[in-house]
Parts: sequence; structure tokens; C-alpha cells
Amino acid sequence: MNKIHVNTSVNGDNLEFLCDPRETLLDALRDRLNLTGAKEGCGTGDCGACSVTLDDRLVCSCLVLGVEAEGKSIGTVEGIAEGENLHPLQQKFIEHAALQCGICTPGILVATKALLEKNPDPTETEVRYWLAGNLCRCTGYDKIIKAVMDTARDLREAS
Amino acid sequence: MSILKPLPHDAAALHVSGSAQYTDDIPTPDNTLHLVFGLSEIAHGRIVKTDLTDVKSASGVSCVLMAKDIPGKNDISPSPFPEPLLSDGTLNYIGQPIFICAATSHLLARRAAKLAKIEYKKKKAIITIEEAIKAKSLLEKPVVYNKGDPENTILNSEFNLNGTINIGGQEHFYLEGQAALAIPHDDGDITIHCSTQHPTEAQHKVADALKKPMNAVRVQVRRMGGGFGGKESQSNALAVACAIMANQTGKPCKMRYDRDDDMIVTGKRHDFRIDYNVGFNGKGKITGIEFKQFVRCGWSADLSLAIADRAMLHSDNAYFLSDAKITSYRLLTNTQSATAFRGFGGPQGMIGIEQVINHISQYLGKDSLTVREQNFYNNPSKRKNEVQTTPYHMQVKDSIIKPLVKQLKSSSNYTKRRLEIENWNNKNKFLKKGLALTPVKFGISFTLTHLNQAGALVHVYQDGSIRINHGGTEMGQGLFQKVAQVAAQEFSQPIENIKITATDTGKVPNTSATAASSGTDLNGMAVKVACEKIKLRLKSFLGKTYKLKATEIEFLNGSIYCKGKEYSFKSIIKQAYENRISLSATGFYATPEIKWDRLKGKGNPFYYFAYGAAVTEVIIDTLTGENRILRVDICHDAGKSINPAIDIGQIQGGYVQGAGWLTTEELIWNEEGKLMTHAPSTYKIPACSDRPRIFHTNLFHYEGNKKQTIYRSKAVGEPPLMLGISALMALNDAIASVGDWDRYALLDTPATPEKILFEIQKQIRGI
Ligand code: FES
Ligand code: FES
Repeated sequence: MNKIHVNTSVNGDNLEFLCDPRETLLDALRDRLNLTGAKEGCGTGDCGACSVTLDDRLVCSCLVLGVEAEGKSIGTVEGIAEGENLHPLQQKFIEHAALQCGICTPGILVATKALLEKNPDPTETEVRYWLAGNLCRCTGYDKIIKAVMDTARDLREAS
Repeated sequence: MSILKPLPHDAAALHVSGSAQYTDDIPTPDNTLHLVFGLSEIAHGRIVKTDLTDVKSASGVSCVLMAKDIPGKNDISPSPFPEPLLSDGTLNYIGQPIFICAATSHLLARRAAKLAKIEYKKKKAIITIEEAIKAKSLLEKPVVYNKGDPENTILNSEFNLNGTINIGGQEHFYLEGQAALAIPHDDGDITIHCSTQHPTEAQHKVADALKKPMNAVRVQVRRMGGGFGGKESQSNALAVACAIMANQTGKPCKMRYDRDDDMIVTGKRHDFRIDYNVGFNGKGKITGIEFKQFVRCGWSADLSLAIADRAMLHSDNAYFLSDAKITSYRLLTNTQSATAFRGFGGPQGMIGIEQVINHISQYLGKDSLTVREQNFYNNPSKRKNEVQTTPYHMQVKDSIIKPLVKQLKSSSNYTKRRLEIENWNNKNKFLKKGLALTPVKFGISFTLTHLNQAGALVHVYQDGSIRINHGGTEMGQGLFQKVAQVAAQEFSQPIENIKITATDTGKVPNTSATAASSGTDLNGMAVKVACEKIKLRLKSFLGKTYKLKATEIEFLNGSIYCKGKEYSFKSIIKQAYENRISLSATGFYATPEIKWDRLKGKGNPFYYFAYGAAVTEVIIDTLTGENRILRVDICHDAGKSINPAIDIGQIQGGYVQGAGWLTTEELIWNEEGKLMTHAPSTYKIPACSDRPRIFHTNLFHYEGNKKQTIYRSKAVGEPPLMLGISALMALNDAIASVGDWDRYALLDTPATPEKILFEIQKQIRGI
């Protein structure tokens, strides 16, 4: 099948790639652009491991086609830190030991960042339900919630 | 001090930036082929005709292999029983691999494999435990452990009850699916990157399949995105498939299962049926007990014998059973080969006895905790004739279950909450609460004694930096960090000065699987031994050069002190190097004191026990069966914890995984033997929204392991999973309250809303 030329922006960089029209955005990111931070946990929109933002909207990249990225701006886990400096959210995840095998972590960070941008003062219940689409098999979620609540508090105090 | 510290996971900074590489993230050469299996569509029968022409001519396909194309052995079994990688003509479950298709992309390989035309001759399939019992489909003859005279004591006891509980299986649902990448080399050797808990076995199986010696095969694994036992033997298939295809084509080959394939092809936790017959007195003290455990092993032996053994070994949990008989039936069925899963049979064994205790309490109208307390193992006694034994005649000399439960009972306010819940239930018609405290006593060691060994390799470079390697694999349990802490402690160096590298059969050979919770116990010790060797050499060098006694040289606060004078670690290492002192060593450790006869059911299969307990409070809606966990309090024994942050993570994750298994995670096979729940859309693991609202997790503080384990810590991988049993027992308690506790609530697992509703109806209607 003919490959399609896609122009897009990823984490602020303008990029272009060729992809099969049947290919998902997740595969395009991983295989065409070598951005392997987004993971495939299910491929069916049920686990959140592939979470990215598409024009600031949180999506499962396994449910978006690569060609749909045309003209849009994509945000992935690789773009959360500013150069060497980790985002406060990332620091809190380390501090709270909010990860074990770590494979769910990129998706959870992308999703959480999207939440905090919309709602800087979420209740614990809101966090819990917002992240209900991001599965983690290792941690039992307790430390994840604590890290998110703690970051939100710090960011509010800082602003 | 580097131990006893809550340091984050060794690669935490890589994880949060998305740069931590898993097998599927390793950049592959351009000419890499992507593999998928063609799978059986029938549960039992044989292949009459295979037509793969369309597969071969499909776009992007470069090679298709069947069993006959394997140069060496067609076997991926982790046990002495054979288990073919590709069907040899007979088919034993829906999802069994028949052929391997290699194409230029994963997508093309998947599309092509679907084009196979295979004609089958079906035979009657055995799917359920009941069908297997009826057909007498046994893997080996029943195994019996016996202590005392249970038959008579039950007969002569004040009360007698019997019952049955059915326990469902569990999908591992490691978030990273199975994956492997094989890279062939110019000299015919091969390197395999594989998401596996058992690199040595992958190496062994690849070598056999290629008809090569093990030294021609190197297996590496840096990290896994979760394992939980599901990558102990199930990863062999991918490693071997990639190896034979790479061998055939001379190209790098990569295979990763899609989630559906992963769930359809790989084995899961064993389903059980447990029948019990128990005698007890008016206080609820068990006088005699008989268990029959029916274990669904699936189509091949895999690790089932050891798993069924461990279920028997945990049928006492934390309770002293004076007279007990346990019979285990290992059943072969036409389903996935049930395999290792965190707890390895232990959890199912424990559920049997916990169910018995709830049954007794409801029969006697007592709070289940008082009945549990009646039966707990005693605190260790100095007097030999007072030491209690397990049903397999091992003395329990390290029980801390009584003080641990006492502490949890008070920290969780158990007694007061019990009364509050009773009042609450009396006032509320449709919503009912339930409460339960359940204990855990889990035996630590591989029951296959020879597996209790580990090796390590420690290098100190001339600039003073340290690199360590050992046979354990990192799957998120924090093993690498804990072992690095051991090296840091031994050399008294900051943790930043220690690098830990990917597990590699080329560095440390003949390793055991990272399983049985043994990772830190074994590998930590092996690293310690290696560090001690190097330290000894350094001390003898310093002793000779500066005329010092060994006791005058100390590794302290990051430096080396000679007769109280401080030298930097770096400078001493440089000196040692210049004086031609070897700064690299291997370490080896074998667990002492264990001896076990599995067929007789006698001996000391375990080095020690790890303990814990949890209190769970639940609420159920009696109109719908819907339920929530409201509060969890845990007190767990990690000995003297090397890293409390990592250990608490393991404990919470274990609890949630255990509670998920027993409540929402339901596997359904249809009559044909097809797994219907093969994706997260139909198989529900706990999500963030299911997390207990109140979650108190504490370590039990005391002097630590009685045995000389690494810094007196205790293994913490598997035991916490069984804390989740308290959720099941709390649901059981809530249901019993509907019928005013005059009827026993027998709740099979997983206790889904449907099952809960069904039990509630039984309570209401008195059936
Ligand atoms: S991989 Fe996209 S949601 Fe699971
Ligand atoms: S840390 Fe392993 S899946 Fe979340």
C-alpha cells in the first residue's frame, strides 16, 4: 500500500513522516519517529499506556491513525521535561516511588499533566476517575494518587 | 548506610521521562523480520491438512516455519514433561501455535497468518474441572500429605462441616506483553533480548532447538514491564521462535504478542476446586481436617506439579492443624497450560482454609477473627516438644502471626468497627457492610531444592566506580535497586557509585528463574559474597603494605579508614590496581537447611516463613451485587526491610492484585474451550477508581528474620498478594449479614456482582 506523507508537530518540533494509512499513531510514533515512550498495552483503547495529547486533547494513540496527525500538534511523555529539568510531576513520581515496572508511567504522566492543565485543584476522587483509563498492574495506585495530589498542591502554591 | 532506606526504583528517572527501554523499544536493524504464530482454532484433535500457500504469498511475508523445520528439539517445556513449541500434528487447546509467519512488519505478519487454511479432525475436548474429574484426566497420580489421624478426629469432634469452593484462575496482565528479539551473529552464535524471568531457561531451550551448545546462545534482559510469574516459562516460546527463524533466515527476528494473542496463547493462574471436611470444637478450634484439591493444569505439565505442591503446602496458612490430610488431583484439560503466577498455588491453598474458618465462624455465630485466633500457630517456643508442625511435618519456629495480628487489630480498630458495622447493617436495608481480617504465612524457597542458588559478578574499576551483575531479573519489583544497596552497603559507597547492568547469561551463568520471591534473598547474598571477596583482598593488601591488622581497616561513610586515618575509596582502589590486586569477583550463594521429599510430603521445603495480615471493609448493594472496598489496613512482615519504599509498593500492589483476582477478574471459556475474555475490554483488572478509599500499609517492626538472610530482611514479592483474600472474606461476611448469619455464605471466586447477588438471594430465600 502507498505510504502517506504526514506533516505534524511533536513536542513542539515540526516533523514529517511517511506511514501506511492503516497504521496507528502509536505505531507511527514508535516505529517511524523512534519515540518509544508511549507503549502498547492493549491496542484497543482500554489501558492508557499509549496516552498522548493531540491538540491538547488526551487520546489513546492506539485508537488514532497516524495520518490523522496531519497538521496537529502531538504531546508525548518525551516532551514533559524541559531539557534536563524534570517536570514537577516527574519529580514527584520519583519521590513517592509511584512506579514499579514503570511501563504504565509514561501514559499516566501524560494523562495527569492533561488533567492538571484543565483542573489545577482536583479532588482525590476526580483524580481517581480521570486516571481510571490508565491501568497499572504493579503499584495498586496508592502512591500514584499521592504523587498526583502532592504535585497539584505544589504547583498551586508555586503559581 | 545504604540499606533500610526508601530509595526510589533504580531507573525511576528513565521511567518518568519515557526513555527506559523495554524489549519492544530496542531499536531494530532495518532488515528485521516480525513474527506471529498461526494458532489452533480447535481445543482438541489433530491437523488433517495444512495449506499455507496464501500465507506465504501474502504481502511482506518472507518465511513460514512449521514443527518439521526446527533443526533441534521442538520443546519449550520448563519441566521434564515435553511441551512442543509448534504443534506436532495433535492439538490440545484453542490458541496453540501451529506455525510461525515472518514478515517485514508486525501488521503484515498478522494479516498473513490469518490466511492459513487448516483442516482439523476434532476430538472431544475436556475443558472444566468437572469434566476432567469425570474423564479421570490426570497429569500424575494424586499426591497425599498426611499428619496424625484426621479421619478419626473429625469423626470424634464436637462439630463437623463440609463444603466446596471453586476458585477461578487469573490472567497476569503484565502491562508489557511478551516480547523477544533475536540477533544472529557472523559465527553462528545468537543473542536474544527477551522479556523473561528466566534467561537461563530461554538460553537452554534456544540451544536445544538450534542443536547448539548453550555457549552459542546469549540471553539478555534489562527490564520487564511486569512479570508476576507469567514470564517464567511462557516467554520461552517467543525466544525459541525468534531464534529458529533468525537461524533460518539469517536476519534479526522480533516477536511480540498482541494483547489478544497474549491472553489466548499463554497460561494463567490455576483454577481450583477445593472440597473440605472439618471437625472442630465449640470455640472454633479445628481438631481435624481433610482437603481435596482439584487443580486445572491445562494441556501441559509446565510448572503445575510444583504449583499444586505449593497449594498443598499452604493449606494450613497460619493455622496449626494437628490432624490433617490433603489430597491433590492434577487435572489435564484442553485449555492454556496453567502456569506460575505470584503465589504459585499458595493463594489457592490458603483460600481453602480461610473459607473453612469463615464457615466455622458463621456456623458457631462467632466473629471470624476469634475463630482465627483460636487456631493461629503459637509464638516460637524454646521447648522442643512444644514446637508445632505443619501438615508436612516441618517445625514452625518463626511464627510472629499472633503479635502481628494483635498489632493490626488495634491499629485498625477492628473490635470497635465490628460493632459499628453491625449497627450500621441493622439500620440499612439495602446496603450492607462486611469486615474481615485474614493472615498470611508464606513459605520462602523454591520447593525444587536445587533452584535455591544464585551467582553474581562484581567489578570495581580503577577509578573506584562499581558495576554489578547477578542472575536476577528486574520486572518492577525493585530487585536491582535492592541488590545495588547491598553492594553500596558492603563497600560503604553512595548508591550513585553503583551501576547495575542487564541480566545476561554471558555474565552470570546457570541462574534460576527470578521467582518464588527469592530474588533479593538469593542475588543479594551472592553479590554480598562477591563484595566480601574484593574487600578481603583490599584488606590484605593494605595490611601488608601498611602493616595493619584486618580489624584496623574499616569501610565507613564512603571512605576507607586505616587505624582511624581516612583515605578516599578512590585512592585506595587506584593503589590496589597499581599493585596488581584483582578488583573483580564472582559470588555464589545456596540457601542452607532446606531438604524436601515432595512425594512423601515430608521435610523442610522452606528456609523461613513471611507473615502478614490485612483487614478489609467492604460494602455491597444487595439489590445489584455491586460492591466497593472501603478501607484496607495492612501489617506486613518484610523482616528488616532493605528498602521500605519498594517493599510497601510491593505490598500495596500485591494486595490490589490479589483482591482483583478474587473479585473482578473473571476468565470465561465457552463450551468449545475458547477463552472469551481475552482483552481488557472483557477482563477487568483493578483500575485507579477501584483503589481502596482508605489504604493503611505498615511494615511489622521487630528484630527481623530469625534466619541469616541478607541483612535479616524477608522476601516480599509474593506474600502480599494473599492479603487480598481478606476482601473475599469481607464480602462473604457482608452477604452472611443479609441472612442474619444463620446460613453460610459460600462465595466462589471471583466474587463478581452476579455471584454476590446470587448468594444474597440464597440468603434471603433461605435456600
Ligand atoms: S495501548 Fe492504547 S489504550 Fe492500551
Ligand atoms: S508500574 Fe508496572 S504497570 Fe504500572
